[in-house]
Amino acid sequence: MSRPQNTAIADPKDQDRAAAPAAPRGSGSPRLRVRRPRKSRRVQETRVDRMFLFCTYLLLCTFLAVVLLPLLNILASSFSDPIAVSSGRVLFWPVDFSLRGYEVALGDPQVVTGFINSLIYTGVGAFISVTLTIALAYPLSRKSLFGRGPVMGAVVFTMLFSGGLIPTYLVIQQLGMLDTRWSMVIPQAIGVWQVVIASTYFRTMIPDELYEAAQLDGCGDLRFLWKVALPLAKPMIAVVALMYAITQWNSYFDALIYLKDADLYPIQLVLRNILILNTNPNGASNAAQMLERQQLADLLKYSLIVIASVPVLLIYPFVARYFTKGIMIGAIKG
Amino acid sequence: MSQNSAAKPLRVPKVSMRRRARRSFSRHWTLYLLMLVPLVHLAIFKYVPMTNAVIAFKDYNIIKGIWGSDWVGLRHFQAIFDNPVFWDLVKNTFSLSLYAVIAGFPIPIILALALNEIRQGFFKRTVQLVTYAPYFISTVVVVSMIIMILSPRLGLFSHVFGFFGVEQVDLLADADYFRHIYVWSDIWQTAGYSAVIYLAALSGVDPSLYEAARVDGASRLQKIWHVDLPSIMPTAVIILVLAVGNIMTIGFEKAFLLQNPMNLSASEIIATYVYKTGLINADFSQATAVGLLNSAVNLVLLFFVNFAAKRLTGNGVWS
Repeated sequence: MSRPQNTAIADPKDQDRAAAPAAPRGSGSPRLRVRRPRKSRRVQETRVDRMFLFCTYLLLCTFLAVVLLPLLNILASSFSDPIAVSSGRVLFWPVDFSLRGYEVALGDPQVVTGFINSLIYTGVGAFISVTLTIALAYPLSRKSLFGRGPVMGAVVFTMLFSGGLIPTYLVIQQLGMLDTRWSMVIPQAIGVWQVVIASTYFRTMIPDELYEAAQLDGCGDLRFLWKVALPLAKPMIAVVALMYAITQWNSYFDALIYLKDADLYPIQLVLRNILILNTNPNGASNAAQMLERQQLADLLKYSLIVIASVPVLLIYPFVARYFTKGIMIGAIKG
Repeated sequence: MSQNSAAKPLRVPKVSMRRRARRSFSRHWTLYLLMLVPLVHLAIFKYVPMTNAVIAFKDYNIIKGIWGSDWVGLRHFQAIFDNPVFWDLVKNTFSLSLYAVIAGFPIPIILALALNEIRQGFFKRTVQLVTYAPYFISTVVVVSMIIMILSPRLGLFSHVFGFFGVEQVDLLADADYFRHIYVWSDIWQTAGYSAVIYLAALSGVDPSLYEAARVDGASRLQKIWHVDLPSIMPTAVIILVLAVGNIMTIGFEKAFLLQNPMNLSASEIIATYVYKTGLINADFSQATAVGLLNSAVNLVLLFFVNFAAKRLTGNGVWS
């Protein structure tokens, strides 16, 4: 394990390892030698290998089932009849299909306000975050900028050490941001990870020649950013924005500590209050009514879970790829 | 980043530091101006809290303010160590995250190796997309799902219990099960995401290695053992090392949500204790002292672990 390794996580092999058993790389001959029609190669697979492959598929099906079934159970329950849900009859397909759960959820002003609040926080928060991130990452990507090393160090240090919960709370308090919408979008606006990703993107994707050419044409730094760098970095900006948006949509902790006014709560906190604290807002007068209330309350929980996660699950297939790329860039950056 | 700052003086040895600085300022003043807003933001929301942490050494009084409060030295830290609850917190925090690291380490590797074995196609893409999905679900939703699924009356698990003819207990109300629930739901949520990292490492393996293995008559299992595993080893070491480095930073969010009076003996960790002491009981100084101690231990752990990673792989995780 002590061999020198300076490439990156993404590229873990070394020449010395590759050279030992195989023919020298780049000679082109080994391909020719081993190459055979595809069909005959499959016949070559031994029984052991076929068994092994079968087990692999079995294993992957297990993984798939373990991840998918809980999600399906929640989804199926949310579309079922309250009575079926309350008696625990729903498995992976709706029983007595009904939209009652969503009717109740969307009829609850708390939920609607929470959803709208979350949309606002997500949109505004992502905008502020992206603006600040680019304003920080772009200068830090310029190699000729004096002092860029220490500044980057100061930025990264915030990831390693923090004053803690209470000292941060005191700052928010002193700024008078407690119990305001600003406390949702400002304090956590800059993500170190995103700054590193954006900065690396600017540095690697925009060639130095472009700067020089722009400089010769009398184009200033800011104009270059606006006219050249930003248009070139559109894909990265989209990804960073979506990363911020997903984080913002999913967060509840800041709301928990900074917000008192229930009208400002994001959907995640509403969900937590209804589901985890199990608060039932209004009492019932008789037993039958109570039973119905209870059934609806159960159903409501399922549909709320779906409502709170659907926006994210709808967009994640588009960003999933880039999230991984982000990890890689961070790793290369080191 | 530190490499750059170290390399710069070497590249241009003639020009003095001050002249370079002045030239950079005059040429790029707009860039410095641009950086100002985010840097002020970081100063206010990250660095001021660090200085605010002095209240750990003071008797914080709202009227006197942070700097006006009286110094008490290490009294709060003394109180921490004298508090028998504290060692339970440390134990809970440590065992919870150690369990998470150990159990969570091999599963993404297995998933990635299995995915790497099968042909590119619909099934592979489906497995990847689905196992990746829980990573994007919020903690609140995951905990809500746990509560619903483990619910003795409604949940999916009651069917499993019923199938085996066992009477279902409320797992969430039992301190013994808290760690298992926490860790395995965590694995459920992140295995697909972590597997992607290993898959990227596997895609970088030199094809000639596989060809050589095939020529030598290696079986699939032998190929995994002798080619795939050594190839992802450096990645695995870095990920493991990072996980160990973060062992005391285990998140507040999930433990707090899964917490209830019945499982408190296992679920009370440092982060939740800080929240309760500080914001519920308003004992700001004491809570800050606990948090500060935790942060300091983290920092030391991270440096140590980074050093170990450098020795092991020749490649530090950062710097």
